[in-house]
Order: sequence, then C-alpha cells, then structure tokens
Amino acid sequence: MTATQAEAIVIGASAGALEALSILLPALPQDYPLPIMVVVHLSPDRESMLAELLRAKCSLDAREVEDKEPIQGGTIYFAPPDYHLLVEVDKHLSLSIEEPVHHSRPSIDVLFETAADAYGAALIGIVLTGASNDGSQGLKAVVSAGGTALIQRPDLAYIPTMPQAALDACPEAQVMSLEQITAYLQERSTPL
Amino acid sequence: MDDKTTEIELRLLLEALFQKYCYDFRGYSMASIKRRLFQAREHFDCRTFSQLQDRVLHDPAVLSKLLSFLTVRVSELFRNPAYFLAIREKVIPYLRTYPSIKVWVAGCGAGEEVYSLAILFREEGLENRTMFYGTDISPEALEKAKAGVYKLDRIPLFTENHRQSGGKSSLSDYYSAAYQAAIFDKNLRRRVVFSDHSLATDGVFAEVQFISCRNVLIYFDRELQDRAVGLFKDSLARKGFLGLGFKESLRFNRHADTFTEFARSERIYQKRGDL
Repeated sequence: MTATQAEAIVIGASAGALEALSILLPALPQDYPLPIMVVVHLSPDRESMLAELLRAKCSLDAREVEDKEPIQGGTIYFAPPDYHLLVEVDKHLSLSIEEPVHHSRPSIDVLFETAADAYGAALIGIVLTGASNDGSQGLKAVVSAGGTALIQRPDLAYIPTMPQAALDACPEAQVMSLEQITAYLQERSTPL
Repeated sequence: MDDKTTEIELRLLLEALFQKYCYDFRGYSMASIKRRLFQAREHFDCRTFSQLQDRVLHDPAVLSKLLSFLTVRVSELFRNPAYFLAIREKVIPYLRTYPSIKVWVAGCGAGEEVYSLAILFREEGLENRTMFYGTDISPEALEKAKAGVYKLDRIPLFTENHRQSGGKSSLSDYYSAAYQAAIFDKNLRRRVVFSDHSLATDGVFAEVQFISCRNVLIYFDRELQDRAVGLFKDSLARKGFLGLGFKESLRFNRHADTFTEFARSERIYQKRGDL
C-alpha cells in the first residue's frame, strides 16, 4: 500500500483552541510546504484577534481568509468570524453565510467536508479541544475520501467533548497528544 | 461524499434548471452549492441528482422549493454596523451633493439591507430625493422583502446594530409589533422598487450612484464575479460607490483597476472618475 503524499491540512478547534494552536502551529518551520486551513468557533459579533495572535508566534504566514483566495503552501488560513470557510476543487477558498451548522458559523464540518472533496486522500484532518459535536461528520468525510484523521486525546484536551464526539464517529482515526500531532505534522515538512 | 457520476449529474441538474427555467447557477461556487444541493436531494427524498432533475423538470412546485435551497441567504438589519457608519459619515456627504440619487441593493434577499438604507437615508434627510432598487432572483425572497415583516426575536439584534451604526432615532419608530412579528413602516417602501434581476444573466437597468452587494458575490465563482462586477461598473455613475461584504475584495477581480478603495476596512470602493 502506498501512502498518498499529503497536500493540505485542516484543523478544527473550539473552547481551548488558542492554547492548543499555540503549541501546534508555532512548531512548524518557515519552509513548511503544506497549506493549513483552520476553523475555530468564534463569537460572530467581534473582530477576531486569533490570526494576529498566532501570526506573532508562528514563522508561517497566518491570516483571515478573503473570498476566492488561492490556496498557497506554507500559509495558515483562518475562517473569519461569522463566515463558513469552504475549499473549492480548483484549490481556492470561498466563504459563505449560509445557516450555522451545529450552531456554529464558521463550522468545522463545512470546511472538512469541502476540503475532503477537493483533496481526497491527500488531506490530513485534525479535531482538537472543544465543547461541541462539530467536526465529527467532517472528519468522517475526510476518512471516506481516503484522507488521514487525527484527534487530540480527549483526556488531555481542555474540553474533551469535541474530540470524543469525533472519535465516536470516526473510530479509525489516530488519537494523539498535541505533542504527537506536532511531531506528525513536522514529519510532513519535507518538500513535495 | 461523491464520485465522478455525482459530479456529472450535478452539472446536468444545473444545466436543466437553466434551460427550462432560465435560472443560471452554473457559475456558482461549487463547494457551497453542492452542499446545498445535497441537502435539497435529501429533502426531496431522491437517491440521485438525476431523480431530482426529473422531478424539477416536470414539476414547477419542486422548482420553487429547490430555489429556496439554492438562494438561501441570511441577513439582518444594519448587519456589520461599521459599514453603515461609514456610509453615514463618508458616502452620504458625497451623495448629498446630487439633486437625485439612485441606490441599488443587488441580491437583496428578504430586504433587510434595503430597509436599513431607507432608514439611514431618512435619518440623513435624503430619502425624498432617493430611489432604491432591491433586486434578487428569488421570487420568494422578493415577496418577503415587499412584506417587510421580520420575526420579533430578531428585533433586539436589529436595534443594537442600528444604534452602533450611528442611528439618529429609535428603530422602534420604523416598525409596529404584532403577533411575534415586526412590520416595517410601509412609508419606507414609498421610494423602493423590488424587482427580479439576475447578476448571472441580466444587464444594466439604471445609472446609479451607490450599489450595495454584500455577501452575494461569495456564492459566485471567479468568472461570474467578473461578470457581476462588470455590471456594477457599467451601472455606476462616475465616482459612484460599491459596497461589498467585509471579507470580499476586488483583489481577485478582472475589473479591480476600475475602482479605488474608498473606505478600506468597510470594503467601500469608488469608481474612478476618469472612466
């Protein structure tokens, strides 16, 4: 069996997201080849400082997505507050203000399902801490498309609900600590 | 969630909608429309998109329900108050110099943006020399827009938005509440024309000074975005204004050079004066 070379990473996180992402993302080197799309559940009525905070800590470029932005390697893309983030098959990003999914806009499921559609087996999907069910269906879609599913160990997560729900929906996913996920992603840093 | 066959069926369904009913979703962003078509397929209890195509071709009732899946858009009065504050403080002083003003809300949905602007223009004393056009492709949405009735539980949000937008009066001056609903003052509609217009297939219908089209272009692919912005370019008077959604930009658009950034963070663009 030949493993498909990963081409993109999607990450979903909710309560406790900033702490978890602050361990994961700054560990990636400046020449990291893969694009990383991130949905964090945010309050819809406020400007998000998330991209700014993480940009300061990361060597990769981190920013909030603008509609129809082409996807580039070595960039961390955050869903803006109050918009769903979607991946188009021709590898650019689009936004939508359709109804919230699992009470969330942005929704992790929406990002993961569309990314699974666009990247198929070449996608790594990661569900981190949070108090929600969002992300479970999306991670299932990643697995069905042949991609790799990683889940933060629920007992080590700030809030275990979301990773546990993802694990229940996706028993084939690999369960890891944040440090293990970091190491896993670092291994993908060899240029394609 | 799919394979090659699904993809083919999906495109054929969109083609059928266009050929039979002239609704053109072929240039829509696929990721979003696909999600909604899957929801519609489930709603109609169809196993394949070919089955859904068969039903929509032979039953106009299925069409109108399907359209409500495809054109779903949620908005609110004075959504993103900073946008309306920028109109009030930066665009209105400019528009004030015109003897008559035309405003076009493209993709007006259930009319929230039109009522917001009508209220704002009344507060700024410009209502009587302004004509508002609210256009959309969805007959259902246009009916809602004409009715101007919104659920009462949305009013606190609308009120707070209006306040933050620099509102000079109380929002309650503009609606009456009854039976869990807020009905907006019919007088606000005196200067408003709601009508059917498609950014995908229709052309210019008036020369306007201000176009507000927020969170509509995000549903289009880049080619269709080019068409729509081209239409705005041709509709705007010299130095006219175009307002987009907060995460939309003309950066990836063919007509980017036609516009300058007027209020950068509020995404208000101005058509260049030399064109």
